[in-house]
Amino acid sequence: MNTLLILSALGVIALFAEIFRFRKGLFPLILLGLAAAFIFTANQYNHPHVFFGMMNFDNYAVIFSCSILVIAFLWFMMAKNYFLQETSVTDHFSLILFSLVGAVVMVSFSNLTMLFLGIEILSVSVYVLAASDKSNVMSNESGFKYFLMGSFATGFLLFGITLIYGVTGSFDLATIHTQLTTTNEKGLVLAGILLLLVGLSFKSSLAPFHFWAPDVYEGAPTTVTTYMATVVKTAAFAAFFRLFSTCFTAAGNWSDILWWMVVLTLFIGNVSAVRQKSLKRLLAYSSVAHAGYIAIAIVSMSATSASAIFYYTLTYSISSITAFTILFIVSRYKGSKDISAFEGMSKANPLLAFAMTVAMLSLAGIPPTAGFFAKYYVFLTAINHGNTLLVLLAVIAALIGIYYYFRVIIAMYFKPEQQLVPIQVGPLHRTVLIITTVLTLLLGLFPNLVLGWI
Amino acid sequence: METIALLLILFAFAVMGLFVPIRYGNRFAFISSLIVFAYSLYLFLTFPISAEYQYVADYSWVQSLGIHFKVGIDGISILLVMLTTFLTPLIIFSVRKSEPRPRAFYSLILFMEMALIGVFVSMDGFLFYIFWEIALIPIYFICLLWGGKDRVKITLKFFIYTIAGSLFMLVALIYLYLHTPAQHSFDISALYAAGKSLDPHAQSILFWFFFLAFGIKMPVFPLHTWQPDTYTDAPTQGTMMLSGIMLKMGIYGLIRWMIPMLPQGLAQNAECMLWLAVAGIIYAGIIAFTQKDMKRLFAYSSIAHVGLIAAGIFAFNGQGLQGGIIQMLSHGINVVGLFFIIDIIQSRTGTRNIPSLGGIRLKAPYLATVFAIIMLGAIALPLTDGFPGEFLLISGVFKFNNIAGAVAGFTIIIGAVYMLRTYQNSMLGETSVETDNFTDLTMTEKTVLIPIVIMVILIGVWPNLFLKVSEPAIMKLLSGI
Repeated sequence: MNTLLILSALGVIALFAEIFRFRKGLFPLILLGLAAAFIFTANQYNHPHVFFGMMNFDNYAVIFSCSILVIAFLWFMMAKNYFLQETSVTDHFSLILFSLVGAVVMVSFSNLTMLFLGIEILSVSVYVLAASDKSNVMSNESGFKYFLMGSFATGFLLFGITLIYGVTGSFDLATIHTQLTTTNEKGLVLAGILLLLVGLSFKSSLAPFHFWAPDVYEGAPTTVTTYMATVVKTAAFAAFFRLFSTCFTAAGNWSDILWWMVVLTLFIGNVSAVRQKSLKRLLAYSSVAHAGYIAIAIVSMSATSASAIFYYTLTYSISSITAFTILFIVSRYKGSKDISAFEGMSKANPLLAFAMTVAMLSLAGIPPTAGFFAKYYVFLTAINHGNTLLVLLAVIAALIGIYYYFRVIIAMYFKPEQQLVPIQVGPLHRTVLIITTVLTLLLGLFPNLVLGWI
Repeated sequence: METIALLLILFAFAVMGLFVPIRYGNRFAFISSLIVFAYSLYLFLTFPISAEYQYVADYSWVQSLGIHFKVGIDGISILLVMLTTFLTPLIIFSVRKSEPRPRAFYSLILFMEMALIGVFVSMDGFLFYIFWEIALIPIYFICLLWGGKDRVKITLKFFIYTIAGSLFMLVALIYLYLHTPAQHSFDISALYAAGKSLDPHAQSILFWFFFLAFGIKMPVFPLHTWQPDTYTDAPTQGTMMLSGIMLKMGIYGLIRWMIPMLPQGLAQNAECMLWLAVAGIIYAGIIAFTQKDMKRLFAYSSIAHVGLIAAGIFAFNGQGLQGGIIQMLSHGINVVGLFFIIDIIQSRTGTRNIPSLGGIRLKAPYLATVFAIIMLGAIALPLTDGFPGEFLLISGVFKFNNIAGAVAGFTIIIGAVYMLRTYQNSMLGETSVETDNFTDLTMTEKTVLIPIVIMVILIGVWPNLFLKVSEPAIMKLLSGI
């Protein structure tokens, strides 16, 4: 609860910052606030709290909240300069802070109404942020598209909640679980579950509900895209798993349907990414593909699924922040988001190229980076559950993935350099890149650092 | 502890190599690899002849998943570690002054040496996989950054090819891991037990998964299509690392992991595997016969040699395995020597095209002599290093299947024909325009080639020096099945 209070207070303070003109001090304040929220949240580890039957701050919620706060912390460091140049910096910061409130609710709900509220709080802020580059048509299109499609998916979600409520007479997850084991309304339950599945698949960009993702990711300002690919994705999957693992383990054949959706996602995401010229769009498709890998752990619901999802979302987010930060720096410097903008980078900025290489290796899942262990852990969970065929398909998809991630590496290391003027990297960005790169290697070599918690 | 020291020293040198002054890059890497060689030589000389693992170190790594950092050296590993540490200084020293390489190049080689040694000493399936994959990254960058003109396409093909195999191996490893008793473990003995407890059908499927990984790395026909291009296009040092040491990873994987884990899988597929290997020997031999490019010719001849090693191992008896091990050493030594000689010829004449060479013997008698000795080793003349290996391999195959043995033996003749023809066309006869100003070996080149020549003769004359080290471990492996 403290987490929510601190985040909301920070959001309100950020709004006031515009009126009382302390914009300069706002940024350190937010970082401090996030750090405080992190400490308060981490303190609740092993001290589960239930709030009025609406939210259950168990270890699962604590771990995912911490992960979200860490990613948000890094995100703020990455995005500071971008928003400072805008006139309405404080609005943007407060929107992000409010959406973090939504994210925390999404990982800790124990009632379907809270799930809905969490998703809405998160989404509405992000709709606005996606369109925040007001003078850019692409950004407007992105925000509008996201909003339209998002509200459509929310409709499905609500409809699903209604059907489940109709059968069980409750919004409470535990009650729903017990009611579902005895109910005779199998058809109605399945319909409800499927509608919920559609709504959540939209939020986590699983095929065939991923169509918004590439356009929205490409059109939105790079910093907002980063936020969508990291925090939003983490929260969406945490909510997805929390809902399905507590309520629907015994009900319906949804996992067969999800099985096919995962296969579709893996191949659509990876194959579409292959031909992209723009790195941003490539990363958007790769983000769709990664949703597929994470969802493998949901299909193979078992004891290790939660930690597999946690580890995967965390490491994916960290590597994504590296990749997007470098994309942000380069695109600002060269005015292009294409892979060709990276040509010759290894000569001009060897350290930047190194960080990008580590991020790409991690996204591609090559040891010793964290991305490898994440894939390994998901595969382990799946094979343990008997989904060997799914893993084999995922392996083939991963091979396609290697091809396009390596296009970026090849561009950096091979292509003749266009200009040898090194790109200047600001101190904040440098810090972010150092932290994320070190974390990617560290978590890959010592996954025990975070695996033991969940 | 000694094993971990070996790995840590190399890692430290690889990192330090990035920071030494640029002009000392080569010297630093050479001296560090020499230190490692001296250390491993010490381990080799004090190595007790026994079937047990020595210098075992075991640390819990990812506790909840039963992953350990467990390394140790037995009679098979020590020979491959020695091969790696012996060849790496030579490879580093073979860089010519006229084509200086930056520090990163040497660091990558040292880093790769670490990963290769890691593969040879791992006693934990997961650790083995990690080292197996890590070894790929430096060689990828070596080939990408310093390769020939088609390097982008070729290296990517190589990378995806090998990763494809590895990922299937990963799936198989996870499957086996889940069949170890509760509190699953990746420990080598636990995986052996898990593999053997499976029914023959499951073993057979897993066998193919592992075979993809190892077969691509070696490479065995028909999984070899990445190899000639990659060898031809990589920088000389890259080709040496790939052919001299890296392909041994695949063979080592067969002996250490695949066959002891899945004996029933082998029993079901041995016949098929053996014929595949023999077909590969003939196929590669015939293609090598028609090559004009010297580097490509030796790339194909390498496929033929590896095919014979694979055949001997799939026959799975004492002779076959022992032959495989000794042949790994001699093949590594020969092929590094041969590729270096090609590099010398190319740097002097600007071509690797055999018909435009000729008469080098008149200009460079040293080179011609050294080339002759190493090539006779590759042909497996008695008293050179190829002979004990090929003899044991063929007798191993013969024991398993007479006809296959006879066919495999016949291929030695093909090998001899194209090797000798290459020698004749490049070294003998009249000088051509390209070879008219050929100069003989420099001091640096002699420093690289003389140790190789010594080893060619040493293994040929006294194979037992090495065979006796691996014998107890091999016998243990055979009796365990």
